[in-house]
Amino acid sequence: MSIETTPAQTAPAGAEEAALRKALASTPRPPRASAYAAALAFGWRGMLKVKHVPEQLLDVTISPVMFVLMFTYLLGGAIAGSTAKYLEYILPGVLVMSILFTTVYSGVALNTDLTKGVVDRFRSLPVWRPAPLVGALLGDTVRYLVGGTVIVVLGLALGFRPDGGVVGVLAAMALVIAFAFGLSWVFTTLGLLLRSPNAVMNAGFMGIFPLTFLSNVFVKPETLPAGLEAFVDVNPVSILATASRGLMNGNANGTDIVIVLATAAALTAVFAPLTTRLYRRG
Amino acid sequence: MTTQAPLAIEATGLVKSFGETRAVDGVDLAVRSGTVYGVLGPNGAGKTTTIRMLATLLRPDAGSARVLGHDIVRDADAVRELVSLTGQLASVDEDLTGHENLVLLGLLLGLKRAPAKTRATELLAAFGLAEASGKLVKHYSGGMRRRLDIAASIVVTPQLMFLDEPTTGLDPRSRNQVWDIIRTLVAEGTTILLCTQYLEEADQLTDRIAVIDRGTVIAEGTPSELKASVGSGALHVRLLDPEQRSEAARVLERELGTVHLEPDPAVLAAPCADADRAAEAVAELARSGVRIAGFSLGQPSLDEVFLALTGHPAEEQGDEASTAIEQERAA
Repeated sequence: MSIETTPAQTAPAGAEEAALRKALASTPRPPRASAYAAALAFGWRGMLKVKHVPEQLLDVTISPVMFVLMFTYLLGGAIAGSTAKYLEYILPGVLVMSILFTTVYSGVALNTDLTKGVVDRFRSLPVWRPAPLVGALLGDTVRYLVGGTVIVVLGLALGFRPDGGVVGVLAAMALVIAFAFGLSWVFTTLGLLLRSPNAVMNAGFMGIFPLTFLSNVFVKPETLPAGLEAFVDVNPVSILATASRGLMNGNANGTDIVIVLATAAALTAVFAPLTTRLYRRG
Repeated sequence: MTTQAPLAIEATGLVKSFGETRAVDGVDLAVRSGTVYGVLGPNGAGKTTTIRMLATLLRPDAGSARVLGHDIVRDADAVRELVSLTGQLASVDEDLTGHENLVLLGLLLGLKRAPAKTRATELLAAFGLAEASGKLVKHYSGGMRRRLDIAASIVVTPQLMFLDEPTTGLDPRSRNQVWDIIRTLVAEGTTILLCTQYLEEADQLTDRIAVIDRGTVIAEGTPSELKASVGSGALHVRLLDPEQRSEAARVLERELGTVHLEPDPAVLAAPCADADRAAEAVAELARSGVRIAGFSLGQPSLDEVFLALTGHPAEEQGDEASTAIEQERAA
C-alpha cells in the first residue's frame, strides 16, 4: 500500500501555458484609432468578404450585362431607330440604373449583419461612431466600380464611342458613385428599421423601381403624358442620367452636376446621422 | 487591516423592459477589481440584458451603473475603451478567417497594420488556433469559435471583460480549455464578469456569485456562503439497485431525519453536517442489506442552492441571448 498525493490543479502546463501567459500579459493600450483608420478598417472588412465569396459580385456584373443587351437590341430599333443610336442614349442610363439598384444591397447586408453577434462587438468598440457604416459603404463602392466597369467595357465592345473620352467616362462613373453613396444611406436606415433582409429588399426595390423607370433612363421624357413628364423632369435619377450622358458625351451641364452632388450631400446629411443613431441605440 | 480593492462595477437598481416584459427589474451589483464575479441564473433570468447594459450596448430604463469609475450612459465611450465583451452569440465575423478577424480588431483598437498582424498571429498560437488561422470562421468548431471570440476580446488587454455564457454548448474538453484561459486572464489581473447557467462553472471560477431570477438578484455571496445559506451539508448515496431505494430511504430517514429522492432513481440524499453520523448511516445501510455503489458527504451543490432559492430548477429551456436581442429589436 502507498499513499499518493494528487498535485493541485493548475492552469495549462508547460510551453502552452507560457505562450498563453505571454499573450495574455497586459499590453500597453495604443492610442484610439482615428476616424479615418477605423472607416478604412471596416472598408477592408467589406473587401475581404468579396475576396472570400466572389460570387456576390455576380449581381453587379451579370444583371447589367443582361440589361444592356436586352434593352439595346429589344428596344433600340423601336425607340431610337437603330441599336447603335440607342446604345449611346441608354448606356449611361443603364450605368445609373444598375448602380442605384445595387445600393439596396447595402441595406440588406447591414440587416443581415445585425442578426449576428459580431455587431455587438463593433458597437462595444471605442471607435468613431459612423465608422462601421461608412466603412461598409466604402466597401460597396468597390462593387459599384466593378459593375460600372463591366457596363462601360461591354458598351465599348458593342460599339459605344463617347465623345467625352476616357476622362468623360470616368467622371460620369464618379458622379454616379457619389450619388449612390448618398442614396445608400437611405437603405441603411431602412436596413436598421425593418425586421428582415427580405423586407429591406422588398421595400428598397419598391422605392427604387419607380424612381429609375419613371426617369429618362430609357426614353426621352418628351414622349410621355404631361403629368408624368413633369415628374420625370424633376426626378433626381433623370438629372443624374442626363449629367452622366453629358459627361460621357463631353457636353455636360454644370447645373445638373451641382444638383446631383447637392442631392447626394443632402441625403447623406439626413440619413447618415439617422443610420448612426439607429445603429448605436440601446 | 485590509485594504479593499476598488469596485470595477457598481450598479444600482438597473431596470430594462422590452414592451410588457421587465427583463431586468432592479439589479444591484458590486464587483471588486481583480476578481471573477459570477452572474448565475437560468435562461431568461435577465443575465444577458444586464451584461448588455453594463457593456453600453443597451441603455437602462432606470437605475445607474459605473464601470471602472465611468457612468455607463454619460461616459459610454470611456467605458468602451476599458472593457471587452464576449457575447453568447459568437462575436466574431464568420465570413472572415480567424487571422483577419483579429487583425481587424487590432486596427479598430488603434494598432498599426504590422503590429496588428503580429498580435493576431501571437494570439492564434497561444489559443491553439495557429493551424486554423487562414480558415474561414464559419468552418470552425464551437470550441475553436469560442477561443477565437475570447482572443478577439484581448487583442488589446481590457481592464474588465464581460463573458456571457462562454462555455454554453461546448464539449468538456473545449470547456476546460476555456476555463484555463479564464484562469490565466484573472491571474494576469483582468476583472471578469461571467454570466453562466452552469452552477459548476460558477463554483469553479468565481470569487463571488449573484444569483439572478426573473430580473432580480435573489442571493449574493461567495460560492461557499451561498451553499451554507441553504443548509448544512448532505449525504448522497448511489445504490447499485434502484429497486432498493425505498428500503434505503427508510433506513436513512431513521438515522438522519429527512430524505430527499433525487431525479436519478438510484440516488438519494439526506441533510447531514456531521461526518461521524453520516458514516454510521452508511454502515447501517450496509447492515440492512442495501447494496451501495457509492456515497459522498459534502456541501449542497449549487443546483440544490438554486432549487432552494427559487423553488424551481436551474436548467430551463430557451435561448436567452437571442430572446433578449429579439426583444430589443422588436421594442
